[in-house]
Parts: sequence; structure tokens; C-alpha cells
Amino acid sequence: MLRFVLRRCILVLPSLFGLLLVTFLLIRVVPSDPAMALAGDAATPEQIERLRQQYGLDRPIWEQFAVYVGKVATLDLGESAFSRRPVAVDIAQRLPATLALTFCALAISVFVGVPLGVIAGLTHNAWPDYLLRVFSVLGIAVAAFWFAIMLQLLFSMELGWLPLRGELSPTMQRPPRVTGFMVVDALIAGRFDVFTDALRHLVLPAVTLSLGGLATIVRFTRAGVLDTLQQDFVFYERAMGYRRRRLVWIYVLRNSVTATVTQIGLLFGGLIAGGVVVEAIFDWPGIGSYTVQAILTGDRQVMLAVTLLVGTVYAVVNILIDLVHGLLDPRLMERA
Amino acid sequence: MIHILRKLSRDLPAMLGLGIVLFVLVLAILGPLLAPYPEDAAASHLTRRLRPPSAAYPFGTDNLGRDIFSRVILGARGALSIALTVVSTAMLIGVPLGLIAGYRGGWVSEGIMRVTDVVLAIPQLVLALALAQLMSPSLESAMLALSLTYWPFFTRIVYAETRRLSASLFVDALRGIGAGTSRIVFLHILPNALSPVIVRATIGLGFTILVAAVLGFLGMGATPPAPDWGLAIAESRTYLPRAWWYATFPGLAILITVMGFNLLGDGLRDIVDPRIRRSR
Amino acid sequence: MMPVLSVRGLKVSIRTDEGMAEILDDVGLELERGRILGVVGESGCGKSTLIRAIMGILPRGATIDRGEVWFEGENLLAFSEAELNDQVRSSRIGFIPQDPLLALNPVFKVGTQMLEVMRWHAPDAKDPTGPRGGARRKAHVARLVGLLRRMQVPDPETALERYPHQFSGGQRQRLLIAAALACAPGLVIADEPTTALDVTTQHQILLLLRELVAEFGISLMFVTHDFGVVAELCDDLCVIYAGQTVEKGPVQAILEAPSHPYTRALLACHPDRATTFLGIPGSVPSPLARPPGCLFAPRCTDARTLCLAGRPPQGLAPSGAEVRCVQFA
Ligand SMILES: Nc1ncnc2c1ncn2[C@@H]1O[C@H](COP(=O)(O)OP(=O)(O)OP(=O)(O)O)[C@@H](O)[C@H]1O
Ligand SMILES: [Mg+2]
Repeated sequence: MLRFVLRRCILVLPSLFGLLLVTFLLIRVVPSDPAMALAGDAATPEQIERLRQQYGLDRPIWEQFAVYVGKVATLDLGESAFSRRPVAVDIAQRLPATLALTFCALAISVFVGVPLGVIAGLTHNAWPDYLLRVFSVLGIAVAAFWFAIMLQLLFSMELGWLPLRGELSPTMQRPPRVTGFMVVDALIAGRFDVFTDALRHLVLPAVTLSLGGLATIVRFTRAGVLDTLQQDFVFYERAMGYRRRRLVWIYVLRNSVTATVTQIGLLFGGLIAGGVVVEAIFDWPGIGSYTVQAILTGDRQVMLAVTLLVGTVYAVVNILIDLVHGLLDPRLMERA
Repeated sequence: MIHILRKLSRDLPAMLGLGIVLFVLVLAILGPLLAPYPEDAAASHLTRRLRPPSAAYPFGTDNLGRDIFSRVILGARGALSIALTVVSTAMLIGVPLGLIAGYRGGWVSEGIMRVTDVVLAIPQLVLALALAQLMSPSLESAMLALSLTYWPFFTRIVYAETRRLSASLFVDALRGIGAGTSRIVFLHILPNALSPVIVRATIGLGFTILVAAVLGFLGMGATPPAPDWGLAIAESRTYLPRAWWYATFPGLAILITVMGFNLLGDGLRDIVDPRIRRSR
Repeated sequence: MMPVLSVRGLKVSIRTDEGMAEILDDVGLELERGRILGVVGESGCGKSTLIRAIMGILPRGATIDRGEVWFEGENLLAFSEAELNDQVRSSRIGFIPQDPLLALNPVFKVGTQMLEVMRWHAPDAKDPTGPRGGARRKAHVARLVGLLRRMQVPDPETALERYPHQFSGGQRQRLLIAAALACAPGLVIADEPTTALDVTTQHQILLLLRELVAEFGISLMFVTHDFGVVAELCDDLCVIYAGQTVEKGPVQAILEAPSHPYTRALLACHPDRATTFLGIPGSVPSPLARPPGCLFAPRCTDARTLCLAGRPPQGLAPSGAEVRCVQFA
């Protein structure tokens, strides 16, 4: 088990190295004056000069790369040209909001998508299956930003059921920051009004963000279930008198979700990208809106940091996915 | 070709997709002739701002009094040409790289595939946004940025196919009778790898329309007064909830178009890869 | 005495893209208590479909058009799916599948899978007075370990904690036999359980089965396409061709004097007494297009015009076997 994990970790090292190299090339070699590019459009000559020394831009390129890797490794990601604060601090402050949103979206995708996929697979070529297939194509084809606006139009503006934007109503007093997760902090502070308010703010962004993943998970779970139902062991288990429900939801399902789990790993890219748009529309104070802000203001240090963050998250998620695969299927764990 | 079409004609969803794609294509080519108010691509009529849908303006009018129905029709050309440019550029980059990586092997292949992995690891949208910003925001840089983020998909596919084919008996046989590398690659491997590439390209067209709309929405793509669907939705936000039609119809146009490409792509994939068909 | 299992005039068809396929046309057989019935036929003649019909697990689009399945005095065809599951499968009819690797769920421990069955179908599962919960489970584990030891599975204590791929083919087949016996059924149905095994292992498993029938007092329906296995194991025989029972009776009698031309042809092909290596010329008629008359007529060396007139009736051959051939009508 431990060996399995370690192996996976070592396998992603080349990818992480590649990520560092690509970002380094993008920011140091492509622009004619990297210091100017790093400092942003509004920088003074002194700032540029300071950056030049800080990053050792006058030294040989390999040395520069080594310095760069060292800085990234110690989480020294530079300073945002916009907020004038260390990027690492900004990110640390905004990360919980994004994590909460991503987690909720993923949870919706999985806990709704997998059962729907199973139902589609069981009702192969009958109307629930057709309906879910149409739904999954729509879910992949819909533009998240438009869907978000439609949701806002209906549930916030028209019906007034849910808040329009932000992570907390302006009238609410923020609970003291402990974990950074609004919902958790509210509970720690014993403020149930804040807790429900924060939850209500989560609904629309999380639903919007979950849509693409939901559709993908339905598709892949359905395909997995159809595949599994053809296997000999399903007939054997029926002949042995397994309870119908337990057969489907335990014994068939566990064999069917391998491809789905892989997809969840791939989904993360979409979740992060979708997060950028969703956070921008719902004024969600997370990494996504931070990124949009950085892009619109040309804050390259932040863009660089976000790219590194996303790449790393992707690598970590893929290790986790491999681990889940190993837990789902004992044969994989042994092969490693 | 004919046999693919015949199989396709039996797949109802795929035919629906094909119909939508052809329809959007017609709109893109003949848009200015079909739109009731073709001049509304740029004009503004401040006397009829934000009118709800009616017989004269089926989708209503926008904040400058322009007919949204006409602008949705006129937007098809932009959306399709962006998508086609992006996907063909990505193919021009990705397919040769995949062929080289697959056929050469060794460190060349290793290098290409690692870069491919890295680029794939970063979400397309984020990377495209960053690149577009680095190149100063405009429609052209948006298209270039999208191409630069989409090529790895083609590299992956072509690499896998080339690997499979060059290990196969018939390539061995060709080598045996003294066929040259370029002959084998271009006459034998490439045509065989083409079907998955076409499937990916079809789905990629839909995907690109979606991402391009996001770029337009974030102000990194098309610029006013272009009749861009994403841009229109961005502009509409100030006038919500009063002018619900302003945001609704351009979004529906995106939805239907992308859905068309996806349905068609799914159908094509089923034909190209019958293994998946069984599990559909 | 009333047979444990008796199938009469069973007809099963499946709706396919190409039309209605008549998989079973007219199958009949009787299995007496404590005996072993061999069901023999070429590949594709409907043996597995017969088993599926008995167990009530037919593929999608399949219908039972005609016939009866009597099991211990009850008509199984009148049972609902829930009743079959509750009262018949595992608890009264055990099943041994063909391919021991494919039949086990690859991602669950062997013990988990076997205990899942016992949890619902073991004799004490519905007994309100017996032990419950953990204690009952412990009793089940103990019974399984005992069975595995009897099946000569190595390390029976730890076997339950292992996954299917960690066993060899022969061991897996022993596991499946243990699973079939776990809930103490009166009837066991085996679908070519030794086909995937090498000859030595096959022989050991057959010996084991023979012993188990006497020891556990079960009746066994054993499907195979191998007459060697039939001769070694079975008491009675039922030969199926293209979804029809063509000859049935005591093994001894049929092997000594096969009456139906199909049985004779099959026996002639068997390596132990082969007179030819060619097999039977021609192939089983497609279930989509069954010829009129005797289904074997197109391949039969003795075919006459009478054979094409209509389906031949069942008759009694001098050997004592019931035969479906105009010669004995
Ligand atoms: N689900 C199905 N749909 C259509 N035809 C089927 C289906 N299942 C089985 N058949 C057909 O029914 C016939 C009998 O199949 P069956 O599996 O019962 O044969 P079998 O005697 O068990 O053969 P084998 O010795 O190879 O296991 C075959 O011709 C097969 O093609
Ligand atoms: Mg069979």
C-alpha cells in the first residue's frame, strides 16, 4: 500500500518538473524583459530593478532556473502587482472558498451522477435511459456562464429563493477566521444563522459548477454498468440469489466505476476552469475570481502562481485517483 | 465514406447532430442574407432599446436597439470560423508531433509526450486566458491561445494510433518490402489514424465554440460591436432581470450548436470505434 | 417416485434484431433423487439456456412459450422473481458455473461473496430461534471453512480472505462447488464445470463431485459436451440437439446401444471410441431458421423422406431410452 503510493508520487515528479520548466520558459525566456513582465504594467523602474536582483535575472539561465525552483519550493511566489501582497498569502486566504465550492460541486456530481448513471445503465434503451442521455449531452454542451445567469435570473431575481452573489449576505457578520471555510467557521462560532446563510450562498455556484461533471459521470457510469452487466459473474450472482438491490449497488457498481473514477480525475481540469467562470459570475472570493482579476489586470506573477497551483493540484489529484483505483480493484494494487 | 454515412443515418441522435451542424453552417455562410436586419451587426437604434420578443423582433432587442434574432444569426459565422481556425491550427501542430513521437521513439518521443502531458495538465481555459493575456487581448490572440492549448489532444491520439500501427504486422511487411519512412507514415499510418482525429476534431469544434464564448464573455475574445454570442451574454448582465431575452437567446444558440457537434462526434465515434458502441 | 426435477416440453425463444430465435424447441428431462443426470449436446444447442430457464434468469427479450419445470413438486415457472430468489436459488438449487475465473466477482474477497449468499439463503438464515448477527456469521464462516477443507482447497482458513485471482483455476472451481453446497440445497446444477480445466484436474473434480452427491444426499444435473465425462460420472443421460431432447435414458443403456443417429454420431466423434476424426458433417441449424421436419435430418446419414414430413414424435427404443426419431415412432 505504502509502496504503491510512493511509486505513484515518484511517477509524477517528471510532470511536475516539466510544469516548472514550461512556466519558467514562459515567464523568463519568452518575454524580452522578464523583470518588466513580472512587475506588471504599473511598476516603477526601481521595482523592476529590485525584481531583477531578487530573481537573479543577470545570472546564467541554469542558475536562474535553480533559483526559481528553490523559490517555488519554499512557496516564495513573488508579489501580486495588483494587491501588493505576497501571492502565497493571497492564495492561502482565497483557497478555502474555492475548495469549499469545488468540493460541493464534486459531491453533487458524484452523488447525483453515479446513481443516475446506474439507473440509465439498468434501463438500457428504455425511457429513463433516453432521458438521461439527452440530459448528459445537454450538460456537456451548456455554457456554464450562461447557465449561471439563467439560474440567477430564475432563483434569485425572479423567485428570490436564493442569494444572487458572494459567499455571505452583506448584513451578516463574518465569523472569526479559524479554518477559512465559511461554513465550518460559522459552526465553530456557533452562528447557525451565518451557517445557513453561507450554505444558501453555496447552492447556485455549486450547482452550476457541478453540471459538466455531472453529465460526464452519468455517461461513464452508465457505460461502466452496461459493460459489467454483460460479465459472467453477474449471471452467477443472480443464480446464487443475491438480493437485487445489493447486487446492483454493491457488487455491480464497484466493478463499474473504474472509468468513472478516471473521469473524476480528468474532471478536475474542468472544475478549475469552470471555477474561474463561476466565481467571476457569483463574485465568489476564491482562486478563480483571483485569476480573472489577475488576467484582466495583467498580473503575471499571480497568473504564474495559479498555473503552478493548478498543475500541482492536478498531479496530486491523479495520485489520489490511482489510489482509489487500487482500493477499488485489488488486482491493480498487486501489480504495482 | 458512403458506408459511414449509411451507418450514421441509422443513428437518430447523430443525425440530429448532423442536422444542427449543417443548419449552423448554412447560417454562417448565408447569415447576412437570412437575418431580417443584417445592418444590426453594427448599427444602433436608440429608439427601440430593450424591447421584449415580438413578431417584428422574435428574440427582442438589446441595449442599443439591435435585433437579437439577427445578431444570433450573424454570430454563427464568427463562432464557426473561430472554431474551425482553432481546431485546424491545433491539428497542424498536434498531428505531426504525434506522428513523430509515435514513429521515432526514443528521447524525441519522450520529450514531446512529456510536454503534451504538462500542457494537458493545465485546464484549457486557464492556459488560454493566460496566453491570450500575454499576447495582448484580441480575437486573434484568443484564437492562437486556444490552438496552443488544444493541440495535445491530437498529439495523444495520433501518438497512440501510430504506436499501435507501427507495431502491427502490415507496417513490418511494408518495411520488409523496402518502403521508406515518409511513405509508410504518410501513405499508410496517417490515413489509418485519421478517423479518431476526425472524431476528436468534431467534438473539439463544439468545445472550442464553448471556450471561445467564455473568452468573449470575459472580454478576452471578440470586441464590440461584433455580434458574438458570448459577448452578448456579458453585455446583457447589466440589464437583468428586466431584459431576460437578451441573455437567453444567445446562450441557447451556443447550447444548440455545441450540442450538435457533440451528438455528431459521439455518433462518429461509435462508427469508428465499434468497441465502445456495445457499451452505449 | 417423483423426480426432483422434471422439465416437460420446454420452448424458449429470444427476440433478436434478426427475428425470433427459437433457442429451445422441445426439451424434456427427469432427474431422480440422489442421481446424476448428464445433459449432453454440441456447443450452441441450448444447454445454458435450459439452465437459465430452470433458474428463471433468461436473457433480455426471452420468453417461455410452452412447457413446465417441476421442482420438488412445485412448478417453478409459476414462481415470481422474488419468490425464486427467496425460496429457490442457493437455498434449494445450487449452481456451479462454467468458467471459474469469470464467475467470481474480481474485486471482492471470496469470503465476502460466499457469505453474502449464506447471509440470505443458509438454512439458519430465516430461523428466528437460531443465532443472529455476529454469531450467525461465525457459524457460516465455520461451515464454509469446513466445506473448503472437504473440497481440498489449501489453507481453507485464509482462503476466505483472498481475492479470486489469487487462486488457480482448479482451486477456483473447488471454491465454486463449495459455494453451491454452502446453503445445503437438494439439487445442484452444473454448467460444464470442468471444461476450462486440464484433464488431471478435471478428473479430480469429477471424483470429488461423485463423492459429494452421496455424502450430501444431493441430486446433480451435470451439463457437458463430453461423453467421457458422462461415462465417468452420470447415472442418466439426456442428449439435446438444436433445442430438442433427442434421446434420454440410463447412461449404461445409451452408451451400449445409442439409438438416435445424433447420439451415434456424437459417440463416433469421441476420441475414446473414434471411428472418424471428422466430427459430424454440417452444423447445428440456426435458431432463427429451423428446418421443417426432423432438425437433424440435414446432417443425418439415415435420413428418409419421412423425416422431412414433420417433427418426429418421441418413441421407445429397444435399449429402453426415449428417442425422438421416426425409426422408433
Ligand atoms: N441473449 C441471446 N440472444 C440471442 N441469442 C442467444 C442469446 N443467448 C444465447 N443465444 C443463442 O442460443 C443458442 C444456445 O445458446 P446456449 O448458450 O444455451 O448454448 P450452449 O449449449 O450452452 O453452448 P455452449 O456449449 O457453447 O455453452 C445459441 O445459438 C446462441 O447463439
Ligand atoms: Mg453453455
